[in-house]
Amino acid sequence: MAQLKVNNVTLGYEGGAILSRLSFEVNGGDYLAIVGENGSGKSTLMKTLLGLLKPIEGEIIFGDALCKNEIGYLPQQTVVQRDFPASVKEVVLSGCLSNGRFHPFYNKADKARAAANMERMGITEFKDRSYRELSGGQQQRVLLARALCATEKILLLDEPVSGLDPKVTLEMYELIKQLNKEGVTIIMISHDIAAAVKYADHILHLGSKVFSGTVEAYVKSDFGKLFLREEDAQ
Amino acid sequence: MSEAFQNLFELLSFAPVRYAFITGMLIALCSALLGVTLVLKRFSFIGDGLSHVAFGAMSVAAIAGLTNQMLIVLPVTILCAVILLRSGQNSKIKGDASVAIISVTALAFGYMLMNIFPTSSNVSSDVCTTLFGGVSFLSLTKLEVWLCVGLSLVTVAVFVIFYNRIFAVTFDENFAKATGVKTELYNLLIAVVIAVVIVLAMKIVGSLLISALIIFPALSAMRVFKSFRSVTICSAVLSVCTAFIGLVGSILLDTPTGPTIVAAEAIAFVIFWIIGAVKGGKKK
Repeated sequence: MAQLKVNNVTLGYEGGAILSRLSFEVNGGDYLAIVGENGSGKSTLMKTLLGLLKPIEGEIIFGDALCKNEIGYLPQQTVVQRDFPASVKEVVLSGCLSNGRFHPFYNKADKARAAANMERMGITEFKDRSYRELSGGQQQRVLLARALCATEKILLLDEPVSGLDPKVTLEMYELIKQLNKEGVTIIMISHDIAAAVKYADHILHLGSKVFSGTVEAYVKSDFGKLFLREEDAQ
Repeated sequence: MSEAFQNLFELLSFAPVRYAFITGMLIALCSALLGVTLVLKRFSFIGDGLSHVAFGAMSVAAIAGLTNQMLIVLPVTILCAVILLRSGQNSKIKGDASVAIISVTALAFGYMLMNIFPTSSNVSSDVCTTLFGGVSFLSLTKLEVWLCVGLSLVTVAVFVIFYNRIFAVTFDENFAKATGVKTELYNLLIAVVIAVVIVLAMKIVGSLLISALIIFPALSAMRVFKSFRSVTICSAVLSVCTAFIGLVGSILLDTPTGPTIVAAEAIAFVIFWIIGAVKGGKKK
């Protein structure tokens, strides 16, 4: 069964539908890139998948023993975070709150999980540094480590490379690919179609027309050709 | 000067003065703890807004002739706090604007009502006391002191127990919500606690200067410290110290208490700011 199944879903805010009758599936270990122009509903879709917004119509089914709370999330940075006084360790640990049971404090297992994920993201050396002093790429690694503390199963990434320089962007994409190879399902929002085609294995293209399928099919389709040619021209 | 200190010790032997010190420092502690979260959530002015609401409610209670004004003031303030913090992120009127609207409306209606139905012969002195704190804190009753001690303990306990969740909700509300933290519940909790602290704090610093108790310790601590925990601890310690210095200062210099505490916090902020600048400068 699919890990995540979106069934005939209509999305939007307060009655105004942005996307209607959308259906797709994500299986365990998939790497799905959601692309589309600004305003095509990418972020709205992500918020709905996270349970922050209710779909106007249709349903989202979580399969494979995936609970609603077992989605790791890499959000876009907010203004609040830019000058937030928090150490890297504190931020990563806050991902451990999701395990449902109520403990006022972090236990040993939480701390071990946080330490392991910091190691995995290569940020152990910064663990006592302040989050706001790190570079953009390092901050993204911290947030990825936090997301991994929340789940090992599925990660939603909202524009993971926005604001990063080309070298760090490449490192970030490689890191995400690495996680995917380790078995983490990835859903990534991006407007970088070239990178999406290079790294992902499934594409969901939102817009006036919707494409959903594998990368191979996308590249061959007239639809994909059109967008990839446009990218080249730029 | 030694005469002044002798005066101080003499004064401390009076129960009302001791009460004032106890309540003053406890309130400073609570407001500093919450201040860190509120400043980071960009709600610095909620203290100001809510205290004006409390002022409005207080004048209504006074006109109604209630002996225990808390019965009206506390629920009304809590209600407004809930509305303000809830409307925070996704509302049509943005946080700062809604705080401003509620605060000036309550202030205007409160003052208007006090003038239409004067409860004492000197309205402007009453108003001045409510706004700037005055010496009314010396008239704290034993009940109020115990209420204050009890509520402060509850506030500190709530803060410690929910510390990690408060951090998560403050740092990244969407992430917390997506991973199953009940963010609405914690926002509600923060709103209720902040309303309680403000109603208590009004007695000491008055409703115009309350923001200082909430903002200054957090901002000072953020100049120097870099992790959430150290900022919180520093903010709490600093707030209690400045409240003590302000209370002592107001007795020694014979100045009104509220403004003296705020002045002490402002000076502390400048000192921390300089320390932060020197520390930051060295690094570069």
